[in-house]
Amino acid sequence: MSAVQEAVTDAPAVEAVPKRALTLGTGTSLTVLAALILAPLFVKNFIIFQMTMLLVYGLAVLALNILTGGSGQFSLGQSAFYAVGAYTSAILMEHAGMNYALTLPIAGLICFIFGFLFGQPALRLSGVYLALATFALATAMPQLLKLGYIEHWTGGVQGLVVTKPDAPFGLPMSQDMWLYYFTLVITIAIYVFSVNLLKSRSGRAFMAIRDNEIAASAMGVDVALYKTLAFGVSAGITGVAGGLGAIAVQFVAPDGYTITLAIQLFVGMVVGGVGWLPGSIVGSAFIIFVPNIAEGISKGLSGAVFGVILFLVIFLVPHGARQVALVARHLLGKLKKS
Amino acid sequence: MTALLNIKALNAYYGQVQALHGLAFSLTQGSVTTLLGANGAGKTTTLRAICNMVRSTGAIEFDGAPLAGRSTENIVRLGIAHVPQGRGTFTSMTVEENLQLGAITRGDKVGVVSDIERMYDHFPVLKQRYSQQAGTLSGGEQQMLAVARALMLRPRLMLLDEPSFGLAPLIVRDLFKILGKINREDKVTILVVEQNAQLALELADHAYVIETGRIVMSGTADEIANNEDVRKSYLGY
Amino acid sequence: MELFTNQVLAGIATGAIYACMALALVMIYQAIDHLNFAQGEMAMFSTFVSWQLMQWGVPYWGAFLLTLALSFAGGIVIERLLFKPLAKAPILTNVAGFIALFAIINSVAGLIWDFTIKQYPTPFGSSPFLGSQLISTHQAGMIGVTLLLLIALYVFFRFTRMGLAMRAAASVPESARLVGINTSWMIALGWGMAAAIGSIAGMLIAPVVFLEPNMMGGVLIYGFAAAVLGGLTSPFGAVVGGFLVGIFENLAGTYIPGVGNELKLPIALALIVTVLVVKPAGLFGRPIVKRV
Repeated sequence: MSAVQEAVTDAPAVEAVPKRALTLGTGTSLTVLAALILAPLFVKNFIIFQMTMLLVYGLAVLALNILTGGSGQFSLGQSAFYAVGAYTSAILMEHAGMNYALTLPIAGLICFIFGFLFGQPALRLSGVYLALATFALATAMPQLLKLGYIEHWTGGVQGLVVTKPDAPFGLPMSQDMWLYYFTLVITIAIYVFSVNLLKSRSGRAFMAIRDNEIAASAMGVDVALYKTLAFGVSAGITGVAGGLGAIAVQFVAPDGYTITLAIQLFVGMVVGGVGWLPGSIVGSAFIIFVPNIAEGISKGLSGAVFGVILFLVIFLVPHGARQVALVARHLLGKLKKS
Repeated sequence: MTALLNIKALNAYYGQVQALHGLAFSLTQGSVTTLLGANGAGKTTTLRAICNMVRSTGAIEFDGAPLAGRSTENIVRLGIAHVPQGRGTFTSMTVEENLQLGAITRGDKVGVVSDIERMYDHFPVLKQRYSQQAGTLSGGEQQMLAVARALMLRPRLMLLDEPSFGLAPLIVRDLFKILGKINREDKVTILVVEQNAQLALELADHAYVIETGRIVMSGTADEIANNEDVRKSYLGY
Repeated sequence: MELFTNQVLAGIATGAIYACMALALVMIYQAIDHLNFAQGEMAMFSTFVSWQLMQWGVPYWGAFLLTLALSFAGGIVIERLLFKPLAKAPILTNVAGFIALFAIINSVAGLIWDFTIKQYPTPFGSSPFLGSQLISTHQAGMIGVTLLLLIALYVFFRFTRMGLAMRAAASVPESARLVGINTSWMIALGWGMAAAIGSIAGMLIAPVVFLEPNMMGGVLIYGFAAAVLGGLTSPFGAVVGGFLVGIFENLAGTYIPGVGNELKLPIALALIVTVLVVKPAGLFGRPIVKRV
């Protein structure tokens, strides 16, 4: 190792996930898909609703994975984009009478633009500084949503009630079930899109920036463009998730989109495995179910139990679900050989 | 003459890659030894292995005591000073603070103060710049600072990793003269890793040549300098 | 003009709180290169401990010093038990650890001392300071203690061996090990000091915001903002940042129309982000020179 090698910039803030590990094997993917398609047929509506939220938060965590795991930019502000998406859908549905399905691409587009614009000043910040800026955005959002100035549209502190759609064409399924399958199709589409995005030239540009921004720039990668693009795409997907969430939960209110949500999404990303897209759903499951489990174990100490469980997870699997998957794959490989 | 440092069957790894294969050599007390080799041969790795900065297996003994299982800082406290590649200067601190840091494990305040004066005698340019931020010094000055910092430990063994790198020839000559002086007057055993074979062989008593993680040649400095293959590969004539 | 001066003074007074919190955050940043989300909760817990000691009859300054020592020890214990094992894990995993610590401390504090608001005494009294209507003696005391703390830290880092060793370990860990410094213990020490400083912040703030488990939430955010604004590598910057944040907050509330209490925080944060966009390393931070 020469002194020149030694002088190369120190370790990247976000570590790279080997390309091969970016997706699940075909067998596992099909199994998971089958489970997701068939499960609602056997459970009650409330569980179906929870599964819908699982997918919704999974999308939000996925978006964060693209931003942080993909392009190396920290964000504690995803709740802001989620909120904008949610409110866009709600306002279009309730004030403009728009069909719920149409509101989603609009929510996505508006959030994409919002994210892209936010990415501009964010270009000058990195690491903890960027984290603070996104944190500021997240804390500002509930307050902005409560502004008297736009209360006519947003419903102010009370928020807006959203009408849950019926299954179309008179299909014999409950609202919850229809919404679930609708969400599932969108989730799969976005997942496939994201995987391909990360494999594409843009994805490689993201990862080059994550690993060594200066080197990437020296190689001709338009760092500014790709960084803001990453923010835009991430925000757009989060916005769609927000819209779906609003429809599923049937209302939007400012205090539903606080910094707590942003922190939960962050935790979800870490538990799932940073940069590992399939892990997003594991992360989502963690943030939906573990708080409930914690409360079940001890009502007064639910926060402490959650914290302890989180610590256990990061001690045992610091690289999140991706680590578990790698171990499982390794074991399966051994089994196949013997 | 006792062996101050004894290395046996040293294997070192960077992740899955094995960089050193069964390396073995020893350093006699009071000697200057040079380890020569091309880029990537394993010279730096050897020094890092001695200080436990890289994963390794094998037996390293310093003054009879095994170094296995000790942390880098504990190995240093035994009296081994390592001047790393790239100098490792504390760039945001002053020259004098860098020297003080070299002696941070010592208890004798008076001794430290007088040693700093001695360093200024060895390297007058450091005295001129004593309150300057170390990062603003030139390459040659930083190298002298790194050597001085290592000496502040009052080490018994000094490891130097490519001290001539990036320095003008005249400065390197001066530096090696000082190293010789330190070896003779302060009785410091020296192991210097170098690509600049000529100057290293002039300074050293013994030499080893390392290639792809294995020692391929050993002998006195004169023997090695006169060796046909060495002359062709490393001395250019 | 008088309103302006008054608001600035009031801002400095509240800013002392943020300055103190920011000092703790800079301290931890020096040690671990990251901001600890749980710093505020640790400060809150320490303050409750001091309150409990006083409930048991320990006089104020005795409780203060004892809490300082316990917090220092507590910080070290938390680092050795919970974060040393994560030393080789990715940074983001460590951040998740801070979040978990936050949840645990907040919850445990709520369980032990419940969520009802408690009064917390001040050793400085709360009469007007030198007759001014805007700064009470307590607020003057806060400013004084914060400045004293800053001076103490300066002396520690510039003139003591331990301080030098900590600076070395933070700036070039590998070289620090090569001069014999146990860099792992330097991190533990950093945690201990951050916890101790945080406890001072908590004990100063509690008389103003009243003692309850969620008291540090807003303070932490402003503390972050102050530390970042000042530049994370500079304790002096942290204190200046704290005062500036306090001033921003007050001026925004006074001069920008429609900004009630709810919008003060977002506006202050927006201002800070704007400053950062102009000067990314903060006002007094050392710009990070990246070698390629």
